[in-house]
Amino acid sequence: MQEIHIVDLRRLTQLVKEKYNYDLTNYAMSSFKRRISRILELYNFKGLDALTKKVEEDPVFFEEFLSEITVNVTEMFRDPPFWRELKEKIIPNILLNHQKISIWHAGCSSGEEVYSMAILLKEMGILDNARIVATDIDDRIIEIAKSGIYLAKNMDLNRKNYVRFEGNSSFDDYYKEKDGKIYMDKSLVQSVSYRKHDLVTGPIFSKFDLVLCRNVMIYFNQSLQNDVLKKLHESTFKYGYLAIGSKESLIWCEIANKFIVVNNEEKIYKKIKE
Amino acid sequence: MRFDNLSNKYKAVVIGGSAGSFQGITKILSGIPENFPIPIIMCLHRLKHVRNGFMEALNIKSVKNVIEPFDKQKIKKGEVYLAPANYHLCIELGHYFALSTEEMVNNSRPAIDITLETAAYAYKDKLVGILLSGANRDGAKGMKYIHDRGGITIVQNPDECMIDTMPSAALKITPIDYTLTIENIIKFLNQLSKQY
Repeated sequence: MQEIHIVDLRRLTQLVKEKYNYDLTNYAMSSFKRRISRILELYNFKGLDALTKKVEEDPVFFEEFLSEITVNVTEMFRDPPFWRELKEKIIPNILLNHQKISIWHAGCSSGEEVYSMAILLKEMGILDNARIVATDIDDRIIEIAKSGIYLAKNMDLNRKNYVRFEGNSSFDDYYKEKDGKIYMDKSLVQSVSYRKHDLVTGPIFSKFDLVLCRNVMIYFNQSLQNDVLKKLHESTFKYGYLAIGSKESLIWCEIANKFIVVNNEEKIYKKIKE
Repeated sequence: MRFDNLSNKYKAVVIGGSAGSFQGITKILSGIPENFPIPIIMCLHRLKHVRNGFMEALNIKSVKNVIEPFDKQKIKKGEVYLAPANYHLCIELGHYFALSTEEMVNNSRPAIDITLETAAYAYKDKLVGILLSGANRDGAKGMKYIHDRGGITIVQNPDECMIDTMPSAALKITPIDYTLTIENIIKFLNQLSKQY
């Protein structure tokens, strides 16, 4: 593996910012460097200069580049106790006050989390009462999320998670398998609105009762995490909920005092101040 | 045993191993002094989907409190850290942690190579790397990286390992400063501790 120098990375991120209006300058350095090395290997670039040149000259390649920069490793019902907490406490709490529930998957990746949510809501009998928006920075991955087609080899893990979540149906009812691929039951997500949205440069576009942004901000440095958390805060209704990854924390961020911890183990917070 | 060129320049110890090195790790954590002066960062292969129990089990005999860090948590002197389940544990230049859910490396998440390589990048020649018993090659590249940056490299004596793939793989691809039994790794850490 060749050494990547931070100075050269800055040239690349500067170019991306100026030419394509994506701001990668505050991505967490260790993982960002690894993503770049991965691209250099994957496409056989001689070095960072060659990659930078290609990004500059080829907007179509840039889309691929952006896809590869973002981490799209995900699973259904990741952290089953988190999903149980949603089912048993958080969502019933939201529905105490109103009949409808609005949910934002911020950084939805290939959509496994959206399917998990849809299955959960369906089993609670309230899927029709939900307005779900799922966004990601990457057009290509949104297409996969929309298609609901996944590799069969990942299904074993997903099924195990579902069993540990204690779903009240059979997981196999939610998909069909053909030629090593899984075709999810698309009726689950027929009312989900999938949109392209960049958490870093994108606008605040709506408000939600529940915002999920799990294991997304780990790829940002602390200053960017602060900025994004402000956006997530503004996108959450007062007394609405924000869920982040199980090893992320709000403690350090400037707006920590506008939330209270509802479940520390599962990292679910409630917004208490505008 | 005597160890040459020890000094107080070292800023961190990073330890890699598999679930099978649990006993060895437990011995190390109960054999270091309570006032061990620098952070110990551990990346051990573990069940991906069992979040709780491992840290608690290590804590039973450890003289120091073992914690699983949060993303962007600052690394502090004398603390003992364990890579959480299903995340890669990276060390950033300002000496804080960053977690990642990237693809598995060497079939592992957390991957020892990632923790070792990022630690070597952040601590340069001020790092001690220790690789224990294990069944795959994860960690070998990381040890090479530590050596190339001037840090001290130690592997558990393969004769003592139930499965020696891990230390043997490292011995094959990079010079290793010390090949030690667990007992002597503990002696090393105690002598290192006296330098501060």
